[in-house]
Amino acid sequence: MSDSTAVLDRKGLGATSRHDTWWLSPLLIFLGLVAFGIYSTWAAWQGKFYLDTVHGADYLSPFYSPDVRSLLGINVPFSYAFLILWIPLGFRATCYYYRKSYYRAFFLSPVACAVGEPAGRKYKGESAFPFILQNIHRYFWYLATIVVAFLWYDAIRAFFFAGKNGHLHFGVGVGTLIMLFNVIALTGFSFGCNSLRHLVGGKLDCFSCSATARTRYKLWGGVTILNLRHMEWAWVSLFSVGFTDLYIRLCAMGIWHDVRIIH
Amino acid sequence: MSTRLFKVWRGDKSGGQLVDYKVDVQEGMVVLDAIHQIQREQAHDLACRWNCKAAKCGSCSAEVNGKPALMCKTRLDDFAEDHSITVQPMKAFPIIRDLVTDVSWNYTVNKKIPPFTPKPDTTWLMQQRDVDRSQEFRKCIECFLCQNVCHVLREHDLEDNFFGPRFLVRVASLEMHPLDSLDRTALLKNEGGIGLCNITKCCTEVCPEEIHITDNAIIPMKERVVDKYYDPIRIALRVLTGGGK
Ligand code: SF4
Ligand code: SF4
Ligand code: FES
Ligand code: FES
Repeated sequence: MSDSTAVLDRKGLGATSRHDTWWLSPLLIFLGLVAFGIYSTWAAWQGKFYLDTVHGADYLSPFYSPDVRSLLGINVPFSYAFLILWIPLGFRATCYYYRKSYYRAFFLSPVACAVGEPAGRKYKGESAFPFILQNIHRYFWYLATIVVAFLWYDAIRAFFFAGKNGHLHFGVGVGTLIMLFNVIALTGFSFGCNSLRHLVGGKLDCFSCSATARTRYKLWGGVTILNLRHMEWAWVSLFSVGFTDLYIRLCAMGIWHDVRIIH
Repeated sequence: MSTRLFKVWRGDKSGGQLVDYKVDVQEGMVVLDAIHQIQREQAHDLACRWNCKAAKCGSCSAEVNGKPALMCKTRLDDFAEDHSITVQPMKAFPIIRDLVTDVSWNYTVNKKIPPFTPKPDTTWLMQQRDVDRSQEFRKCIECFLCQNVCHVLREHDLEDNFFGPRFLVRVASLEMHPLDSLDRTALLKNEGGIGLCNITKCCTEVCPEEIHITDNAIIPMKERVVDKYYDPIRIALRVLTGGGK
């Protein structure tokens, strides 16, 4: 028998006795987030083709909603998407699920369970700057919910098309359905939020001690149902928001033609 | 019946290594069965801790093919037949011998948590829905696999600053109890070091009792810490209205 504890003491990036493909999930997450980051930055940078009005449609890209320029009566020398995008970005960046994914996939802290981390780093977790700022997540929820409310307006607006005389009439296009799916996905994501789960009822120690507590228990139960699949909602809504922008962009550029299901 | 190769860590705190054992295995065997067979037939002095062989006592925690697991709950047919099976002791705790580690640090942490303290004149009447949350946490069998896998302890050795997931779960079970009267939020933030947890969920992944450690215990406790220490509006309101829990 040798006189070393080498097998047990190994530390450093990637040190593990795991035999499985532990690197696959952080790799896919890394690629998914990088791809979304590149696309969304490019799309926000464009500052055009975010509104499809071809054949009377009114499809507004979620990256450009709400139109803060007309809401606030301001003009900016850059794409106004940047005035909005810090909200969903901050919301997702401080989301408990995304924190887990990027701490693993980007900061390798840890890259996977029972796998070593880069040596020589002083670990403070979320107890010191910068990650202590994650504690403001609930404030991003408040802001993101306002944005989601505007996206609901946009999705409903997408059911109405301008006729030749300029009058609006009800209709459904593929774009309408994409926008509706997107806002449902975003709602499912944000209403399964862990901070919301705490605020609506989780903070109570007794769920049946008053009529208010009993109502809050029901709300907590509702958020819990969505929260159980928070990861899935996070990815579906991330994909859908990017895809909705792409679809509207292609239609507005004339590269793709929206199919009307109900005229 | 077939033969499988086991690589079992043998040694003590002065050193050790993986030793090969060939074991005749039968259908339905778990890793603990194989370890017992090795003890019986090949290495009478092989040390391992176990008690129930039913995933209920939390004694047989180890690392199988690098993954923290209960040996009595890990079936051999979970692994490809031609693949060797490595069994090592938990890495985060000091070695005693072979597969046995010294987990006594956990009991020291446990003592730091003020126990259940009901209000004076408590009416001992509770609704099931009020204790559901605490009951999930009471399933804990103290196997300490979550403590072992938690990178705050395993990689960063922050035992002096962090209670570890098992004891954050215990604090959560007390804090959410409808009849408990204490507030342990300050304990969580300071001595408990809840801010050191970066919610990467390895504890949840390994828990043999399938307790939702992160989502149901740690995150709700983090949110209570936010209420008290980080939410500016809440803090302002508390100052204006004169404090309170
Ligand atoms: S989620 Fe927190 S407590 Fe659990 S293993 Fe990760 S860092 Fe440790
Ligand atoms: S919480 Fe789960 S993993 Fe941790 S000690 Fe209890 S049973 Fe074991
Ligand atoms: S925890 Fe994911 S959105 Fe709040
Ligand atoms: S022997 Fe009791 S949990 Fe494995």
